[in-house]
Amino acid sequence: MVQRLPISRRNLLLGAAATFGVPAVLAGCGSSEPTAAPPGGKSAGNLGTVTLGSNYSDEVPKKSLDSVIKGFTQGQVKINTVDHNTFQENINRYLKGTPDDVFTWFAGYRMQFFAEQGLATDISDVWREIGGDYTPAMKAASTGSDGKQYFVPFTYYPWAVFYRKSVWQEKGYEVPKTLDEFTALAKKMKTDGLIPIAFADKDGWPAMGTFDILNMRMNGYDFHISLMGGKESWTDPKVRQVFDTWRGLMEYHQPAALGRTWEEAGQSLQQKKSGMYLLGMFVAQQFPENERDDIDFFTFPEINPAYGTDSIDAPIDGYMISAKAKNVDGAKALLKHLAQGSSQNIATKLDPGTLAASSKADTSGYSALQKRGAELVSKATHIAQFLDRDTRPDFASTVMIPSLQTFVGKPNEIDSLLASIEKQKANIFR
Amino acid sequence: MAAKTRRYSARDVTILVIGLGVAIIVNVGLIWGPTLASIGLSGTSWNGIGPMEWVGGRNYVDLVNDYPPFWSAIRNNVLWLGFLGLVATPFGLFCAVLLDRRLKLSRVYQSVLYTPVVLSLAVVGFIAQLVYSSDYGVLNAVTGLKVDWLGDRSINIWVVMVAAAWRHVGYVMIIYLAGLKAVDPALKEAAAIDGANEAQAFFRVVFPTLRPVNVIVLVITVIEALRAFDIVYAINKGRNGLELLSVLVTENIVGEASRIGFGSAIAVILLVITLGFIVVYLSQLFKEDR
Repeated sequence: MVQRLPISRRNLLLGAAATFGVPAVLAGCGSSEPTAAPPGGKSAGNLGTVTLGSNYSDEVPKKSLDSVIKGFTQGQVKINTVDHNTFQENINRYLKGTPDDVFTWFAGYRMQFFAEQGLATDISDVWREIGGDYTPAMKAASTGSDGKQYFVPFTYYPWAVFYRKSVWQEKGYEVPKTLDEFTALAKKMKTDGLIPIAFADKDGWPAMGTFDILNMRMNGYDFHISLMGGKESWTDPKVRQVFDTWRGLMEYHQPAALGRTWEEAGQSLQQKKSGMYLLGMFVAQQFPENERDDIDFFTFPEINPAYGTDSIDAPIDGYMISAKAKNVDGAKALLKHLAQGSSQNIATKLDPGTLAASSKADTSGYSALQKRGAELVSKATHIAQFLDRDTRPDFASTVMIPSLQTFVGKPNEIDSLLASIEKQKANIFR
Repeated sequence: MAAKTRRYSARDVTILVIGLGVAIIVNVGLIWGPTLASIGLSGTSWNGIGPMEWVGGRNYVDLVNDYPPFWSAIRNNVLWLGFLGLVATPFGLFCAVLLDRRLKLSRVYQSVLYTPVVLSLAVVGFIAQLVYSSDYGVLNAVTGLKVDWLGDRSINIWVVMVAAAWRHVGYVMIIYLAGLKAVDPALKEAAAIDGANEAQAFFRVVFPTLRPVNVIVLVITVIEALRAFDIVYAINKGRNGLELLSVLVTENIVGEASRIGFGSAIAVILLVITLGFIVVYLSQLFKEDR
């Protein structure tokens, strides 16, 4: 028996992956929980049952979705919760198989990709009703490459440079306005015995945030998006300059980043060992509740005056309707419900790392950090979705993650790295 | 047992069909079907949704020329095989020989060495992180070093192989121990009477009688080296110096990337390497039977 093992194992894996597909696995992972009919003995609305595929498998987001759905009275909603990573990794097979009517997804290229493949339902009619509640930037992030809308934004969170107010007050640091000031500040932190910039890239994606912001500050949003779309060359001197600048900042980054998770880097900020940290607002999770008021942030300083600080990363989470939806009317009604500011407020209250996407949402209940986040986003002209949502998933995961990790490990070998990225890009975007 | 029947009775045919048929269906469905499917898919460009496009050998060309993780993975798989085969396995044999001499507390040592085997390699991966992490790891805390054991791509594969070997040694040890217990003591006695010293008695007499065990251990070692996956996946998803062929297959096919053709090409290469070992092993086995 022993000698048969390698071949049967491998083929089982391949078989499951390549031949038979994994929708069954995905379906099997889901825990179906029909939400109880609205309280008070009201009968369910006339739109029937809507199924909702959710990747909110963590406790807080799951609870907040449940609460939001309880407010939907026009029909019954059946939520299928699937583990976050499993959902994301199996999304292709899920949408091709028997998807739920409504599913959780991300804005930007990741949404456009599925719309282009004909796997999402056009919801331009929903947008005619809810359009007034959203900024043009939000609408643009919900629009497919054919000009129609496919996505309803629900919540989002900005990326910025986070720090502890108490540390900065004690040492007399001031928010830098330019790259030179930023570098000078980092230098000063180093002499003060702090790690200037907390940094971690064991998981592969956090370094994408640094690349995004440097590229947008130096070359502007349009170039960044075009680069992500595979339309620019990675060997362009503009891209090289980004990596060069990054290399110059490397001596202020926390060393040994490839063996560290963002949680550990976040704790070094919380423990006042490092001075600042470029990350999403979810870094607040690493702070105990009573220290969260001590967190503040600033947007990454200006590098090229032509672009100033007009762009930021602020990934948007939201909902789409699958092309195979059975109850389209019910699904559209549910999306309208989710688009309401009051629905989004329920989520932002339960999950303080997020902001409501609707302009009509009530911001009076926001924490100080949330208020600052909303202010930051409202000032930005362009909102990018983060590298792995702004480009093809295969390019992001099989090319950019290993390449950025190579750069973080050996920041001096830029030319050969960029040549390699360009070659792989050409293979993928052909 | 009367005269030979010339024809199979209906019952024989039914039994044949059920007996062979089930085996054939399982064999074709679970082994040949997927194998041929992945070979076929490796010649296509397919994202799992859109149309499948035939690209011939392009995936292999891209893989070899433009995909840096591929060569890291080949290197790491070879290192893994070499390390298990040349370091961990002989060490397991060494432990088995020592324990076979009925040392004091032999049972205790045996349990201590064998305990890691009951852990899955994924768990070994988590334990390895507790030991090697640069910020909170035991190793840096005890030695006062500041080495980034798991992040530095020139050393991480070595420390991970040590962790994998920790488990492999116990596995090999218990198999050899069973084999050594079965060796007839009269052989050793005879060798001693003939004037052989300890080393000679072991290498010339005992080790050759362990041949069937050696074959099993060799096969286990090769399998462990080629299927290694969970430990690096648990540590850093098999990236940044810890690439393995099995991880690249998963990363490209099962993950969000859905580069099914490209990932299949990697799988086919892994299959060819595996086949090499299997063919050698089977031809040895058949030679022996004859």
